[in-house]
Amino acid sequence: MDELSILIGGRAGFGIDRAGGIIGRLLNRMGYHIYIYRDYPSIIRGGHTFSIIRASKNRIASHRDKIDVILALNQDTLDFHKKRLNEGCFFIFDSEQVKPQMGPNCGLGLPLGKLLKEELAPEIMRNTCIIGALTKAIGADFGILEDTLKKELAKDLDLNLKVARRGFDAARELFNFEPLQQKSLPFLTGNQALALGLIKGGLNAYISYPMTPSSPILHYLAEIGDDFGLDVIHPESEISVILMALGYAYAGKKVAVGTSGGGFCLMTEGLSLAGMAELPVVVILGQRPGPSTGLPTYSAQSDLHFALNAGQGEFARFVVAPGDAEEAYYWSAASMNISWKYQIPGIILTDKNLGEGIFNFDLMLAGEIKEEGPVLWNGESTYKRYSAAKNGVSPLAFAPSKDAVIKVNSYEHDESGITTEEPQQTKMMQEKRLRKEKYLALDLENFNTVKVHAEKESETALLCWGSNKGVCVEAARRLGLRAVQPVVLNPFGAKQFQEALAGVKKLILVENNATGQLMRLIGGYGFKVDKQIFKYDGRPFSLEELEEEVKGAIK
Amino acid sequence: MNKINLDTYAPNTWCPGCGNFAIMNAVKLVIAQLSAEGLPLEDIVLVSGIGCHGKIVDYINVNSFYSIHGRATPVAEGIKLAKPGLKVICFAGDGDAYGEGIEHLIFAAKRNIDITMVIHNNRVYGLTTGQYTPTSPLGFKGRSTPRGTVEPPINPLELMLASGATYLARGTSHGIELLKKIFKEAILHKGFSLVDVLQVCVTYFNMYEYYNKHVYELKDNNLQDFNQALNKIREWDYNHEAPIALGVFYRKEFPAFEDNFIKDRPGQADRESKISEFLNKNI
Ligand SMILES: Cc1ncc(C[n+]2csc(CCOP(=O)(O)OP(=O)(O)O)c2C)c(N)n1
Ligand code: SF4
Repeated sequence: MDELSILIGGRAGFGIDRAGGIIGRLLNRMGYHIYIYRDYPSIIRGGHTFSIIRASKNRIASHRDKIDVILALNQDTLDFHKKRLNEGCFFIFDSEQVKPQMGPNCGLGLPLGKLLKEELAPEIMRNTCIIGALTKAIGADFGILEDTLKKELAKDLDLNLKVARRGFDAARELFNFEPLQQKSLPFLTGNQALALGLIKGGLNAYISYPMTPSSPILHYLAEIGDDFGLDVIHPESEISVILMALGYAYAGKKVAVGTSGGGFCLMTEGLSLAGMAELPVVVILGQRPGPSTGLPTYSAQSDLHFALNAGQGEFARFVVAPGDAEEAYYWSAASMNISWKYQIPGIILTDKNLGEGIFNFDLMLAGEIKEEGPVLWNGESTYKRYSAAKNGVSPLAFAPSKDAVIKVNSYEHDESGITTEEPQQTKMMQEKRLRKEKYLALDLENFNTVKVHAEKESETALLCWGSNKGVCVEAARRLGLRAVQPVVLNPFGAKQFQEALAGVKKLILVENNATGQLMRLIGGYGFKVDKQIFKYDGRPFSLEELEEEVKGAIK
Repeated sequence: MNKINLDTYAPNTWCPGCGNFAIMNAVKLVIAQLSAEGLPLEDIVLVSGIGCHGKIVDYINVNSFYSIHGRATPVAEGIKLAKPGLKVICFAGDGDAYGEGIEHLIFAAKRNIDITMVIHNNRVYGLTTGQYTPTSPLGFKGRSTPRGTVEPPINPLELMLASGATYLARGTSHGIELLKKIFKEAILHKGFSLVDVLQVCVTYFNMYEYYNKHVYELKDNNLQDFNQALNKIREWDYNHEAPIALGVFYRKEFPAFEDNFIKDRPGQADRESKISEFLNKNI
């Protein structure tokens, strides 16, 4: 077997998410590449939660519909995912909770409640027990699970180990999933990769108000912040978040904020202020299906134009949409550098599929990140915060700075930062601010801003952005197609994009929205797509689903 | 006194007789004094909101951040947290801080973050030409309420006291000596300080005569006594005719937010290896 997909499901509150992580780690330790898709409703208890853990010999970043093993802690898991059952699919279930309606060979029922009772273990440990059974079922050694649990669980380790052992002993081997002789890679959520990338980019402070799907970044940085000397703050609102962040930037501290669409709505006035006052700030925008509250725990790619246009007036900005954990790491570090180099806001578009998906992370593949400090005042002539420069970038000084009076201003201002309404000055300053984006665009020609994957010579190409990368690249590989992924969306590298499309006769667009936001963007540069594949039910494409759609589009 | 020049070339556009002049002059004198006493000028950062008052930062030759309407407070907080050594003095209008930005003010007070808020409380919107504000008296006829407001004002000092502010004072633009004294105290106070200045807008709500008739200076009040402060603050509710107390209402020693918050900040140097460490933990 080259790969394995396991689905574990139950009610919210059953610890499904945790269990998915443990299974992923177990398979990761066996040398496989892992991707985990997590599906959960926005409720704390009840509802239906499941994770799909996919392990493969190759790098992957998507899930499949075809499941090899289903772990069912309740009846819903079977009922909801029956359609995924096919020949060769095994089913491990809590025989006290689930009535299987299938042949005896296929299922492995364990009386989890009874086993737990005998160990005096709490109900929540049913998941550990079923993972024990899974370990046996796939023919793995208990020792691998033991090591995994030791690393994963700080609390109640001994009891968990006992319970896992009971599950292991009560099960039987269903098939043999061989460990690979290959070094295991770290295992990260997209959000963790983003957070570490920000740190790599020199982060001093992270300010955020909780909102799914970016709250985990706040939690993670709050947890590890002390190690890096970070200030991690959760203030009263997103309005406060971005304004505080601009205070940090004024004082010379590298700062990022994180939110989702609703919070970003509130941040737009601060974003405009960053544009006018020329203050660097990195905003992580976790898209989710909207408008308004939408589906909090599901995913979408529907805020691209919001990110491109948020805020009043015209000002330079950097917008990037990483597609997997390595890109999340690389581009959050790069965004920090770019934002400081040009004194502009940078927006990182992510979503739940990227942020909360779990990936293998290969630092070697992330790419070299050059540390580029901001342009600083040399201390010679009188300091002017907005001194006109050829590329629009005025040297920075930060308080306290002897002999420099540092004035930033939300109002139109002159070179010293003093308010003006004079027409010549107004025009000059507007041009200076916009000039930065032109120079940034030139700079970006040295970056890989548009990626080409899979069959690079194919005349048919899938066009995707952000978290669709994983599934599109894999589908393209299997169907012998090219996949084109613009990563930087503003300033848009039309030249690189054109090169990426060289020889393409049929361009098939894939987006998680209903109107084709990338299509609208490239349309502005004169590029057209031939077919469109949209999905906007909040769920990511599975590999099979996308393949079917693409086959339909090629015909 | 030290002859430092705090002027800028920005032409002053306040109406002649505007109460903002008194605030600016008092602040300049206090800054000059603090500087003479050894506070480096570059350690001071002024923040302002939007409104007539906001222009004050254009007129003082010190570091500044001219922010947006209602949002001066979080900017000031960010600067203070980023560089706790700076003295952050924040100017805001009553429409600005008590209206649009009231949430931030409440939280800044709750945190007891060490910034100084100077509220130019002219009880009217100046720059947008004469609408009512949260402290305009009931029945105030402004341009958006031509038949008079039907909502009574809030008492901002009462709200700030309830929110946890540790220094609260009031002055008027007719009392520059008192303004100087309380500004200096407020700036030197460790923790959140707010000075509500009855700043008279001569153009849209000329209250000079009214205030002159009603104000008196607080004497011998126990500044640590919350209840006494509350009573004094409630004496005049910004609405009914009553004696209007000026001076300091409340002053309390209490740990400032950043004291609990700021940790050692290790350098950038070993970040790389720590990132690798975190990655390895995640195998
Ligand atoms: C978000 C926002 N809303 C409205 C305005 C328009 N505006 C400018 S100044 C102002 C009111 C100013 O009143 P106040 O804060 O009392 O200051 P004053 O002019 O009296 O000093 C308003 C509403 C604005 N600049 N921004
Ligand atoms: S309108 Fe009122 S507050 Fe504004 S400058 Fe004139 S007097 Fe001062």
